[in-house]
Amino acid sequence: MPATDISGQLAQHRGYLLRVARLQLRDEALAEDVVQETLTAALAGSGFSGKSRLKTWLTGILKHKIVDAIRRKQREPAAVASFGGLDAELDVEDFDALFNSKGEWDAPPADWGDPEEALNRREFFDVMDLCLERLPPNTARAFMMREVMELDCDEICAELSITANNLWVILYRARMALRQCLEQNWFAAGGARLA
Amino acid sequence: MHNLTHFLSCREVTRLVSQMQDTPVPLLQRIKLRLHLALCDGCTRFERQMRFLRAAMRTYRE
Repeated sequence: MPATDISGQLAQHRGYLLRVARLQLRDEALAEDVVQETLTAALAGSGFSGKSRLKTWLTGILKHKIVDAIRRKQREPAAVASFGGLDAELDVEDFDALFNSKGEWDAPPADWGDPEEALNRREFFDVMDLCLERLPPNTARAFMMREVMELDCDEICAELSITANNLWVILYRARMALRQCLEQNWFAAGGARLA
Repeated sequence: MHNLTHFLSCREVTRLVSQMQDTPVPLLQRIKLRLHLALCDGCTRFERQMRFLRAAMRTYRE
């Protein structure tokens, strides 16, 4: 395949790679760097056999670059707040307020009808992006590692230096927050509202 | 330690459903979950929405 074809194809995925990197790193310049490193490595490397989809392969390279970047940031003496650790995010809203004193729903989840239809709409993923951006940084990071990068819990715990229990709490909060955000801004709003 | 007369609250159900997406959960807990879901529309919707969320993230990846 001619080199120009490959770089054209890689460029197509740049937007997606940037979105994923931004959500995890919360640092625009760093995200740009990491994506650039990813595309450079992809162009230089011969690892792509064509069997897996190009996007999946690129995401694999991106995953390692993101993890490296997070590790480097954590070692910096004046770590940016969003890399500083989880304690603040663990203390924040734990969604107990959604339940009454008996542990029952105060306002139960709404009926989303046939939610899978939303997966065919680009506007839905715009809303999803905005909901992901609203997550606190370490929560977003852990959630993306789990659901997009598909790391298992042991791997995520090692990367973020947290216990399994911490991780389950964070993932719970991420899911509760996203569910609420999607309900408010898509499913209960009869389609797009935020977008 | 849970005993058989401890029914799950909705709040506990939401924690359990989330946790089951990340780690295996003991059989007794899964049975109590099924019992609760059979009786609770809110939590039934919640469980479906959690499965949808995972499917949505998978699609987001593609």
